[in-house]
Amino acid sequence: MTLQLWTWVLIGITFALYIGIAIWSRANSTKDFYVAGGGISPLANGLATAADWMSAASFISMAGLISFNGYDGSVYLMGWTGGYVLLALLLAPYLRKFGKFTVPDFIGDRYYSNIARTVAVICALIVSFTYVAGQMRGVGLVFSRFLEVDINTGVIIGMIIVLFYAVLGGMKGITYTQVAQYCVLIFAFMVPALFISIQMTGNPIPQLGFGSTGTDGVYLLDKLDGLHKALGFHEYTSGSKSTIDVFFITAALMVGTAGLPHVIVRFFTVKKVSDARKSAGWALLFIAILYTTAPAIAVFSRTNLIETVSNKNYDELPEWFSNWEKTKLIKFTDKNNDGKVQYVANPEINELTVDKDIMVLANPEIAQLPNWVIALVAAGGLAAALSTAAGLLLVISSSVSHDLIKKMINPTISEKGELVAARLSAIVAVVIAGYFGINPPDFVAATVALAFGLAAASFFPAIILGIFHKKMNKEGAIAGMVIGMLTMLFYMLKFKFNWFGGGTKSDWWFGISPEGFGTVAMLLNFTVSIIVAKFTPNPPESVQELVENIRIPSNATKPQVH
Amino acid sequence: MNKQNLRNYWKTNLKYLAILLSIWFLVSFGCGILFVKQLNTIKLGGFKLGFWFAQQGAIYTFVILILVYIRLMNKLDKKHHLND
Repeated sequence: MTLQLWTWVLIGITFALYIGIAIWSRANSTKDFYVAGGGISPLANGLATAADWMSAASFISMAGLISFNGYDGSVYLMGWTGGYVLLALLLAPYLRKFGKFTVPDFIGDRYYSNIARTVAVICALIVSFTYVAGQMRGVGLVFSRFLEVDINTGVIIGMIIVLFYAVLGGMKGITYTQVAQYCVLIFAFMVPALFISIQMTGNPIPQLGFGSTGTDGVYLLDKLDGLHKALGFHEYTSGSKSTIDVFFITAALMVGTAGLPHVIVRFFTVKKVSDARKSAGWALLFIAILYTTAPAIAVFSRTNLIETVSNKNYDELPEWFSNWEKTKLIKFTDKNNDGKVQYVANPEINELTVDKDIMVLANPEIAQLPNWVIALVAAGGLAAALSTAAGLLLVISSSVSHDLIKKMINPTISEKGELVAARLSAIVAVVIAGYFGINPPDFVAATVALAFGLAAASFFPAIILGIFHKKMNKEGAIAGMVIGMLTMLFYMLKFKFNWFGGGTKSDWWFGISPEGFGTVAMLLNFTVSIIVAKFTPNPPESVQELVENIRIPSNATKPQVH
Repeated sequence: MNKQNLRNYWKTNLKYLAILLSIWFLVSFGCGILFVKQLNTIKLGGFKLGFWFAQQGAIYTFVILILVYIRLMNKLDKKHHLND
């Protein structure tokens, strides 16, 4: 069977599966729509959380990023997993005990203020929209390479699928499709990794394989360090970023992860507090399978890439090279006209540019794996992008229908009316996300870092203080969130968008990049909140009782319909 | 459910958090970032140890930390009759 046929078959089967699940698990109430009725098992929730969390970026881009950055790529590995420890220990059990539908729900009730609620809604919307645009682009990328349809057609197909199960099924539909999507994406990620690991090291476990010797008896990592040195790149196993920057970026990604509304909201879907803890454990376990394999894939594909193309005749390069050249994600310009590919660090002599996003997608082709494996990777990439997109769309629609309409604009709206509003806002959100997928703004890459920074600078301190600092009041929390968020925005705009006079790397405060600045903004938020709260009145008795109550796991009520 | 019982429960919980989060900090920010150069002089098979912590070891430890936390808290809930 040809690659294209395999791809159509596998994508067809998985899409049919997602639609089937959506029809089977329609949402009948707002509780179904927002939190899947609140009765998801910890195992299913762990699977769904893993799929929800692992986006096109994790599946498609991350191994490629590590592949090009070596040790520096560790910030993503530690940052995007370490956040789950914070989630499990500091947030999930207490938010589940609190037992409402959304993150702004918690902020609004805990800080007894609609201003706080509004600030939270705005943060949730900004974070989710910047994220979802990237997912749609991932869908388009997979379609355009593997099915040779137009990127835009790919985005529209993806939109229709997500629309179908997110609008129909709400959280309930999303949860069960995400369970299926996790299975698809992890299978698709692991199969080529196992094949390549055996091929290159004889060890079937990639996590061990990339620390083993290759067929020539040399440790793979030593060989790669050697290749990097010879071509003028920095050594693979040691980084080029400063220690302070690596530290701050890792912290910002960890804290940002723990503050992302579409992840937090998943812990509202289980029955009780102990289930919330358990599902965080399952989730990280399932995520860790991919995250410990990714650095292995990075090493395999990096070595393979360099050995296949470096200093080889352009005419004799394998077929995958020209396949990917068509997508313009690999570019070769023969600067010295010798017909050979010079792939080196020096930009003046270098003749090859490779987009980081293709490493995972092209890897099976580079390693000459069978067609069905390559097609599987396409289906996996789509599963990763669609599952995250759906989770984000749900946050957007519930922010609008629940936090804005039900809680602020029209509190007397009926259950049925709210469900209609939720579905309508999901449709609008899909259309906007699709628009960004078709016309990707230049700032998508820059704003993903902003999304983490914003989550770190706004939600995380407000939620932590709300649980662990009984005397934290609305004045403190609002001041902290606003100042944290504004500082983060200022730094991003200054150094990423050249506003306020712009600046270069040498102007960074303490040598901290905009990606790592979320940590500084978070610390600022904590400090401001605590100081302001010291000089303003304590929160009312009822709120302090609420805090006492969320600290103990017993008598967790099911999410109230209110 | 008396006040003292709840206070003890919360205190023990905070103690667990402090211990587990110290380990969390040590394996990631410590071994993976701050002391990575020193650890890289030690080799574990084909891995430099600091590099291994940053790309593998820290993640395994995170999973174990959550599993330990789940066990500790389930026991603590039972002891204080607060299990749900």
